[in-house]
Amino acid sequence: MIKLANEQLERYSRQIILSQVGGKGQKKILSSKVLIIGTGGLGSPAAMYLAAAGVGHIGLVDYDTVDLSNLQRQIIHQTCDVGRAKIESGRETINALNPDVQVHTYDEQVTAANIRDIIGDLDYDFIIDGTDNFPAKFLINDACVLMRKPFSHAGIIRFQGQTITYVPGESPCYRCVFNEPPPKDAVPTCRQAGVLGVMGGVIGTIQATEALKYILGVGELLTGYLLTYDALTMTFRKIRVPHNRRCKICGEQPTITELVDYEQPTCDFKR
Amino acid sequence: MVIKVNGENLNLEKSLNIAELLMAVKAAQPEYVTVQLNGEFVERDDFPKVFVNDGDEIEFLYFMGGGQRD
Repeated sequence: MIKLANEQLERYSRQIILSQVGGKGQKKILSSKVLIIGTGGLGSPAAMYLAAAGVGHIGLVDYDTVDLSNLQRQIIHQTCDVGRAKIESGRETINALNPDVQVHTYDEQVTAANIRDIIGDLDYDFIIDGTDNFPAKFLINDACVLMRKPFSHAGIIRFQGQTITYVPGESPCYRCVFNEPPPKDAVPTCRQAGVLGVMGGVIGTIQATEALKYILGVGELLTGYLLTYDALTMTFRKIRVPHNRRCKICGEQPTITELVDYEQPTCDFKR
Repeated sequence: MVIKVNGENLNLEKSLNIAELLMAVKAAQPEYVTVQLNGEFVERDDFPKVFVNDGDEIEFLYFMGGGQRD
């Protein structure tokens, strides 16, 4: 196994000192591979904290360019990046933060046709759903269930957020809780309803925490629990959610055996 | 009777079914809410048939998007 260089011992000293991490755990982090789908409000802080922690390979999936209205919350992008591809801006920020990290970029929207190849590209260890639309969220869930990959789901709106972690064979999936995507435009989006920028920071950072705990094999993941956060009342609730035996993908009689695209992107159309 | 809805006590004068309870608490977009009664999912078709009892714990779980276009 790799040996930690002196510079790495210093860079990661504050977490190496933790008994749950140590040199062994840091090496695990340095050889880990995390895929972040969407480099927006959730993906930005997740990517930056995972990069800072020394995750060896970070994949960024995004086909969008940086818009001025993104900067209120998508902190991986800077003012000078407006108009640039988010994956390039994200790569630059990560490289500047930590040269230990190899960034892999995917300039595309996840679809039923490409998501297996993207996840399989580096055989990623953990996937972070930082997307803002339900077709993508259900696609990521279904792909991870079928490919037996752990992932963190999250959503944010207004002053609220929620997140749940899926580990194959251990926990209910997103579809166990939310059967199928709502109809197009039925559920308000951040663009329509607004979102406080820090919501992505709080929830995206929790997603990064879950990824690190999974990589290290420490603590208790948000498996079988939906964590909800209300910033106005500053209330966190951890709601136990059971397996749904009628789940269409991981239930007793699954009807979904192939990936499908739901054709209703629900958020953030460009004007 | 007293039930718990999303962790908070709610006094009810009489037992309501889930569909009525969603109306009573003015749940946003009740047609897309996932409902758990005492830790178990309630099928949408059963909302009018399932009545809550004193001490029941109900969770209304809502869709949340957010993040960024992938």
